[in-house]
Amino acid sequence: MAGSTLASPSDEAVPIARAPASPGRETWRRFRRHRLALASVGVLAVLVAGVVFGGLLWPVAIDDIDFAAQLQGPSWDHPFGTDDLGQDLLARMIYGGRISLAVGFAAMAVASLIGVLVGALAGMSRRFLDPVLMWLTDLFLSLPQLPLLLLVIYLFRDSLKAVFGSQGGVFLMIVAVIGGLRWMPVARLVRAQFLTLREKEFVEAARSQGATTGHLVRRHILPNALGPVIVAASIEVSSAIIAESTLSFLGLGFPPDIPTWGRLLFDAKDHLDVAPHWALFPGGAIFLTVLSINFIGDGLRDALDPRRVL
Amino acid sequence: MADPMDPLLSVCDLTVSFRSDGRWREVVHGVSFDVGPRETVALVGESGSGKSVSALSVLRLLPRDASRIGGSVRFAGRDLLAASEAEMRRVRGDSIAMIFQEPMTSLNPVLTTGFQIAEALIRHRGLSRSAAEAEALRLLDKVRIPAARSRLHDYPHRFSGGMRQRVMIAMALACRPKLLIADEPTTALDVTIQAQILDLIKGLQDEEGMSVLFITHDMGVVAEIADRTVVMYQGRAVEAGPTARIFDAPAEPYTRALLAAVPRLGTMAGRARPMRFPVVDRATGLAAATPETPDTVQATARPVLEVRDLTTRFEIRSGLLGRVSGRVHAVERVSFSLAAGETLALVGESGCGKSTTGRSILRLVEPLSGSVLLDGEDITGLDPKTLRTRRQRMQMIFQDPFASLDPRLSVGAAVAEPLLINRLATPQVARRRAEDLLARVGLPPESAGRFPHEFSGGQRQRICIARALALNPRLIVADEAVSALDVSVKAQVVNLMLDLQAEFGLAYLFISHDMAVVERVSHRVAVMYLGEIVEIGPRAAVFGNPQHPYTKTLLGAVPIPDPARRRARHALPDAEIRSPIRTPDYDPPVRLYREVSPGHSVQDWDAAWADATPEWAAA
Repeated sequence: MAGSTLASPSDEAVPIARAPASPGRETWRRFRRHRLALASVGVLAVLVAGVVFGGLLWPVAIDDIDFAAQLQGPSWDHPFGTDDLGQDLLARMIYGGRISLAVGFAAMAVASLIGVLVGALAGMSRRFLDPVLMWLTDLFLSLPQLPLLLLVIYLFRDSLKAVFGSQGGVFLMIVAVIGGLRWMPVARLVRAQFLTLREKEFVEAARSQGATTGHLVRRHILPNALGPVIVAASIEVSSAIIAESTLSFLGLGFPPDIPTWGRLLFDAKDHLDVAPHWALFPGGAIFLTVLSINFIGDGLRDALDPRRVL
Repeated sequence: MADPMDPLLSVCDLTVSFRSDGRWREVVHGVSFDVGPRETVALVGESGSGKSVSALSVLRLLPRDASRIGGSVRFAGRDLLAASEAEMRRVRGDSIAMIFQEPMTSLNPVLTTGFQIAEALIRHRGLSRSAAEAEALRLLDKVRIPAARSRLHDYPHRFSGGMRQRVMIAMALACRPKLLIADEPTTALDVTIQAQILDLIKGLQDEEGMSVLFITHDMGVVAEIADRTVVMYQGRAVEAGPTARIFDAPAEPYTRALLAAVPRLGTMAGRARPMRFPVVDRATGLAAATPETPDTVQATARPVLEVRDLTTRFEIRSGLLGRVSGRVHAVERVSFSLAAGETLALVGESGCGKSTTGRSILRLVEPLSGSVLLDGEDITGLDPKTLRTRRQRMQMIFQDPFASLDPRLSVGAAVAEPLLINRLATPQVARRRAEDLLARVGLPPESAGRFPHEFSGGQRQRICIARALALNPRLIVADEAVSALDVSVKAQVVNLMLDLQAEFGLAYLFISHDMAVVERVSHRVAVMYLGEIVEIGPRAAVFGNPQHPYTKTLLGAVPIPDPARRRARHALPDAEIRSPIRTPDYDPPVRLYREVSPGHSVQDWDAAWADATPEWAAA
């Protein structure tokens, strides 16, 4: 075969603009072109490093009450100021950021995982599974979320606390509740992508070569369906952080003595006129996180698509 | 007062540039042509030659901030490039009308067709609503839409592609334009519908006294319709002149190469075997010798593929409980056999079931009944696992080279994939074999590391062929494999397929709507209509002595790239292709075939065909 003569070679020029690079390096090169995404990686890295290692650099207790320093603005002693009990806000933000970010990413992972699974099953099934799963999705979409949250928290808070401890139990519950109520958009997106992709000719081509359904999904359908999922997932992180803030704000999330970013906002609302810094710092942190994650999602989508020539 | 001999439209030294990445890139370099009163001028060229851009810039329809137009465009003595935007709006639709390629998307789906035509009349000619509706009816009659009065209040989705193009033409005619610009108006249509639309445009031109600027890539259409022809290549008008002169004595090498690559119906008379396209050098215009293809058919051995009574139907469900409300009889009792090294062409128009037949054979769609014997083994009853191993022996090449390669896989990975899926090679061996295969189809082995979007359509189709060859198949189902390609690229890919057939003894099931290409490549031909084979036989017999009225209609409708053989108006019936959708209780009639000559059978047709046969086809 190799030694046979070449017949009618293609007379069009084959692009030889640059040497073929490894796919990983190509992806990185495309991602680098996305300035905002690159800057966002920096911002997010600072935020994550801050909440993870900040405790070492700023070893102030979060519950160190100092009535002499109530509602102070930013100063050298308290860079982010203090709250109405004179507790140091920087320390509380570092502590709370760990919980907020962990909740955001974990809930995103749960929502995307369930969403991709349900969407993929529905998208590949040609019989009964698809309508059944879509009914389930619609059912979940139509559930009133806040009353349901109240119910779940009322029913399970104590038993979870008993097993995983106070913080761990609430964390698991919040992640499960947020993730479990937010997978529907991802599932619908994935199903729609699967429905179009499974009829694409390159999928048919692989099928005609003897590929199994599993191979088709893993190698051809899922990678091509992931672009919108990545964007949806990055938005999911932000909405999970905000949802956790909402829960904490309503007093339904973590216990009142645990300062998540949302809880800090909740506590700050009564003192906005005298101590705006109290709300500005956690609000700004949530804003920066959400914004940078969205930009990173955009950049990732473009970088993972080899058709982008930029 | 303009002199009646002056050209109506005079384009002089037209240059068009587009801005991309902040730089201006010129795509049309100094094109000049005239369109006289009542004249038809064709702009012909391959994709990317700048023909559509030139036409759009006449109407200044290009995005204003991203394009720049230079030179001069004079219409009826007026400089269009200097006209204000408000003046241009009056020119567009009023004195110059345009029809586009895609009739499916150029009508608003939520408004009735009559309303859309009336709207144009009210806007441009200031008619009252009732006068406009009466005029719309007259226009629909004029474009020969059957039962126009009842269709005036129909929505566009109830019209077929050909009928929608008629509606578009009716809208274009609404303001009695002096010039009609037609941008590939028949490219998306079936060949019999194309012939109808070309007839219609010609007829209307006589009646209305319009000039027509016709943009197309199809030399056959040019020969049918144009008085003068401008050949475009890479943004330049390489040759212009009367159509007959361009076809008889092309002066430029590119024109000669283009014409050599155009398949012509009827050139294969008296030849038994398929023939390669002559390769003409684009720079010198000299033709290389065309080697005779060897006789590849192994007629004595058992056929690779035997199809018996293959039937595939799709159910249409509706209502809450999913009751079957109708069935698409896509493939109805189709039988044929295919020997090693042989090419059987399945031809027919859209919706005739030729693609479904190909897919049913590979069981990409499940056939309802019938048998498909691959090397004597019936594959219709096989379980999925055994079927996967059998599929190694039959491969498919798809129509759209842009959709049939995974954009996320490098070309090398795509070609190696069939080997890895079937665990026939280690990744290293598969990669080397992929490079060999790419070289075999005329691509440098370095292309293995690149991604599909870096290749042109013809190169991608070569990649698809390499991928199909990876498993050493016995049978390749080529589903419209060259239909989406430019003529010269099409010729190259057809030549490649013929070479590969000679080398590996491949059997091709060549599914196509293009009669001229089919005549070139096939040993035998089967004509399909509404899911059934109406005529099957050796290529020379079917083309030289067609029996079934549908075969005759199909052959008669193919545009012939030779202005000297331009037919007189052939008065095609303004009928649509019938639909294969039937009620659930429909029982297809039993068809009888009679043998015309050895191997050449034709279905006995019923009375409906006797009336439908036009005189020119019967003659």
